[in-house]
Amino acid sequence: MIKEENWEFWLYIAGQTPKSILALENITKYSKEYIKAKYTIEVIDLLKSPQLAEVDEIFAIPTLVRKIPKPLRKIIGDLSNKEKVLKGLSIRQL
Amino acid sequence: MKQSNTIFPKTPTGVDGLDDITGGGLPKGRPTLICGTAGSGKTVLAIQFLIKGITEYNEPGVFISFEESAKDLTQNARSLGFDLERSIAQKKLKIDYIRVERSEIQETGDYDLEGLFIRLDHAIDSIGAKRVVLDTIESLFSGLDNTAILRSEIRRLFQWLREKGVTTIITGERGDTSLTRQGLEEYVSDCVILLDFRVIEQIATRRLRIVKYRGSTHGTNEYPFLIDENGVSVLPITSLKLTHTISTEIISTGLPGLDKLFNGGGYFRGNSTLITGSAGTAKTILASYFALNSCKEKERVLYFSFEESPDRLTRNMLSVGINLKPYIKSKLLLIHSSRPSLHGLEMHLLSLYKYILEFQPHTVIIDPISSLVTIGSNGEVRAMLARLMDMLKMHQISALFTSLTHEQPISFNSLAEEAISSLVDTWIKVRNEEGKGSRIRSLYIEKSRGMGHSNEIRDFIVTNEGIKIMSPDLAMQQGQNGSGRIARFSGNGSKRKL
Repeated sequence: MIKEENWEFWLYIAGQTPKSILALENITKYSKEYIKAKYTIEVIDLLKSPQLAEVDEIFAIPTLVRKIPKPLRKIIGDLSNKEKVLKGLSIRQL
Repeated sequence: MKQSNTIFPKTPTGVDGLDDITGGGLPKGRPTLICGTAGSGKTVLAIQFLIKGITEYNEPGVFISFEESAKDLTQNARSLGFDLERSIAQKKLKIDYIRVERSEIQETGDYDLEGLFIRLDHAIDSIGAKRVVLDTIESLFSGLDNTAILRSEIRRLFQWLREKGVTTIITGERGDTSLTRQGLEEYVSDCVILLDFRVIEQIATRRLRIVKYRGSTHGTNEYPFLIDENGVSVLPITSLKLTHTISTEIISTGLPGLDKLFNGGGYFRGNSTLITGSAGTAKTILASYFALNSCKEKERVLYFSFEESPDRLTRNMLSVGINLKPYIKSKLLLIHSSRPSLHGLEMHLLSLYKYILEFQPHTVIIDPISSLVTIGSNGEVRAMLARLMDMLKMHQISALFTSLTHEQPISFNSLAEEAISSLVDTWIKVRNEEGKGSRIRSLYIEKSRGMGHSNEIRDFIVTNEGIKIMSPDLAMQQGQNGSGRIARFSGNGSKRKL
């Protein structure tokens, strides 16, 4: 398990689409379950602030970016595959 | 009226020659697919489309790059003479680099490319763009796994671009069995242009073909094109515009005896002249006379020599009494020598252009133009020569080309001759005929547009003081002294009678 480190996720969405809502639900669920340290999930709606898309090279929606800890990790999609998300974000070493 | 409704409006690309082939440019407000192998010039063409749009048609543009960062792109564009930074500073151009790196991205579950749409929309609206380039959207396929999503999203993207009304270039890498690896041509039905880069006999040539252009006529051939420091230019033979201003001024051939064979007393200014003949028929000497004469008239001459170095040429000409050295010193004459095999045909054309534009000559000599033929195919040479002559005529430059022909068989016309003879205004043939005991040089005018000319075949000799063209009577005497046994015989006979 990951120890004393803060986690920071940015979830990029474009409006309240089913895919985006599902993605947010999923990451919230996984974080609660598996991250023992502090974590934040920031939701960025590109419809409201399109200029932010360039920051993390976003082209697909939804995209989850793990800002902290480094290095940067990106997962696109509705995050429905739990094992893949946990592995992709290194939340749980398999 | 009805007709103009059915014709799609077009957006000029600003690429030399391409607008001629397409009858005005790419379909306005629609996507165009440009596909080709790696290094075939897709990105260059796309950049030029944007830059020309900005500088010549006041249409801002957006470049979405999937392959090169904005910095790399700017640098590469600079080497082609495009200043992207300035256009970006003026808010006429926006470059957005979308990096798709497989190692950094994981996919899970359903997603769409709305992020790309938002970025594109934001970029277009922020500068009021009318032109968009997507280079190369197929990179998405190498970074992402879910091709079903990508395909439907790309289809949606093209539809979206059409609705947005921007003229778009989409580049795609050439596939093995289809035009592009991912079959993008199925989605872009408006206009498809194929670029090709191939090496024939160790010399690289670039070609362009319009595969499809819905609702428009277009040139169907493969057109050679070149990429130089001014970007892309396509060489369509059809761009040979016959609208030059025509001079009626006569300039001397440099040889009074040759002048006399033309009713006007020489060539027209801005004419092109071809001198053909086998080896050793004094073609270069005739060319040098023309060069010398122009220099004497204080007119600049640019001499492209594909067989001799400048020093050798001047030395050899001095042996027949033509002194070119003072004019080289006074910079009226510039001799440029290079090996024909050094470059491909397109590079030769380019360097000819460059020298001509720099030196601003009144007269250009290419000696021999047949050297260039060895490096290209017939059609290519013809297109190149047509283009070259077009350019010379536009600048009212008098041109003289020499061409080496082989004596046998007579019916066999050499490639250069065939390619060029219909394009030139004046054609002089020189021969070196074997008589009994000696060879006689002779010349005659094969054609001379817009001017009457003598039909006589004139013998001439090359002496230390230069070329002497015999008058018909003198030629008879020459025949007596030299070769023609029959002439001599009859001459003797007549003497006896006297």
